[in-house]
Amino acid sequence: MGLLYGLIAVGLALIFGLMDVTNFAHGEFLMIAMYASFFLFTFFAIDPLLSAPLVAAAMFVFGAVIYLLVVRFAMRAKANAGMVQIFTTFGLAIVMRGLAQLFFTPDYRSIPQSWLGGKTISVAGIFLPEPQLVGALVSIAAFAGLYFFIHRTDFGRALEATREDPGAVALVGIDKNRVFAFGWGLGAALVGLAGAIMAVFFYIYPDVGASFALIAYVTVALGGFGSVFGAFAGGIIVGLVEAVTALMLPPSLKSVGIYAVYLLVVFIRPRGLFGSM
Amino acid sequence: MDKNFATRRRRDLIVAAVLAALAALAPLFVKNVYIQNILVLTLMYAALSQSWNILSGYCGQISLGHALYFGIGAYTTELLFTKFGVLPWFGMLAGGVIAAVIAMGLGYPFFRLRGHYFVIATIVIAEIGLLLFQNWEWAGAAMGITIPVRGDSWLKFQFMRSKLPYFYFALALCCVAWFVTWWLEDSKWGFWWRAVKDNPEAAESLGVVVFNSKMGAAAVSAFLVAVGGAFYAQFLAYIDPESVMGFQFSLLMALPAVLGGIGTLWGPVLGAAILIPMTELTRSYIGGSGRGVDLIVYGALIVAISLALPQGLVSLFSRSKAKGATR
Repeated sequence: MGLLYGLIAVGLALIFGLMDVTNFAHGEFLMIAMYASFFLFTFFAIDPLLSAPLVAAAMFVFGAVIYLLVVRFAMRAKANAGMVQIFTTFGLAIVMRGLAQLFFTPDYRSIPQSWLGGKTISVAGIFLPEPQLVGALVSIAAFAGLYFFIHRTDFGRALEATREDPGAVALVGIDKNRVFAFGWGLGAALVGLAGAIMAVFFYIYPDVGASFALIAYVTVALGGFGSVFGAFAGGIIVGLVEAVTALMLPPSLKSVGIYAVYLLVVFIRPRGLFGSM
Repeated sequence: MDKNFATRRRRDLIVAAVLAALAALAPLFVKNVYIQNILVLTLMYAALSQSWNILSGYCGQISLGHALYFGIGAYTTELLFTKFGVLPWFGMLAGGVIAAVIAMGLGYPFFRLRGHYFVIATIVIAEIGLLLFQNWEWAGAAMGITIPVRGDSWLKFQFMRSKLPYFYFALALCCVAWFVTWWLEDSKWGFWWRAVKDNPEAAESLGVVVFNSKMGAAAVSAFLVAVGGAFYAQFLAYIDPESVMGFQFSLLMALPAVLGGIGTLWGPVLGAAILIPMTELTRSYIGGSGRGVDLIVYGALIVAISLALPQGLVSLFSRSKAKGATR
């Protein structure tokens, strides 16, 4: 479970952590990805596992378009930049939820029979649910890929440089909007991947994103802004803490442990565990 | 410059007095209960947003967890009333004091945090409060508390037949929040806060006790929001954790100030006056189908205003005034 939070958080880590843009619509990106894989399954009978790359590709386009159409202008604000970003993306989130209600109705939906749904695998006597396991593997791969991408390619360097100093970057011929649009696309694609896998074992409804988004913010901040590895570590810690709290407290209180750990960590290290900002 | 500032402040006070007087007369013309309801909510959000603005706008410590104080105000009042028979007026004050004390207790560790880390900490603490109240059996858990009807009286601050008493209380609360802001703007604290917001290090080096001034802002802000929460609970006669402490509420409280103009005297009032009627009207005219069209319109308007006027609606006024001056 922790690695799944990690997978949701990694996309956010890219947008929120590396580009320093607050994205309050991240949960809604997840929701849309879940619907996408639901409809691919119901109409074309494509298993969520197969459609995951498709969904991720679609989400890439979606994320880049949202950036170019809306977020680009929010980043241009000279005054109150933080608040403008918060409320622009919050407004976007409301619009997306409204659209989902309009077109998909508020009903709870689920994917009844998929290759992975409800199956478990036994590893050394411990039964693990298959979808979660696949989620964990995909998550590790996504983190490794992103880590490599940010630290070893020209694009990754361009991204960091653009956040640090957009003016200087423009001087060396890098188009800020292209870099950030690509970053948003990538962030959305990663959450699309998470959505496709989660669609297998979660109910899908217009407000589903909200419950995961907050945990994703906490995960990113716990690991520290500006660090891919931090978000990965944050995801694992959040998952473990949740599992431990679930053993000690009633299930409805399981998130309290996560929040308490976040507060504890930032009181001791105000920049998160591996944060550079 | 100083003279201008003094004139502006005197003019603000006169405009506020005139607006308050006009608002007080509004019920003479508005008999429709539905519209009266919208007016009450508008005034309440204006008051809440004004209080939120003290900490987040003037002092620059963006809190997205003010629902915690709102919920504490609501719950203190109703628990004291339903379990111990304490009149809501005392409960309201008690709620305000408790919220202020909690705000300062939390401020102690929180104010060391900066930027996103601070904002997320405020969200998280409100969420913890929400979860605890949802699981607190004695306080009604997730079912909440229904306030028993004991007949209309000012003593019990409960009115079933008419919305007017609520209207006047909300108006009073809004005036108090506005006046406190107005008064603080020109006080030692007001100048400290703006200094802390703009550059905490420089402020500290010039002798501003940054930490204490943040604490002061948090306490005033939390107290007023909690009183608003107590009012809301009496107004609805029913509370549950999600509806008074949910994250949405923290955002709704911040929204009028942000759209109107964050860190300005008139921003929250202006924002609430436009946003709340708009929200309620879209909800009732196109939201009835339950198909989310109202959400789409509402969300799109928020995006449009934040993008078009990053400094808020008040910037429209100052812009036209600046033009007039150059002419």
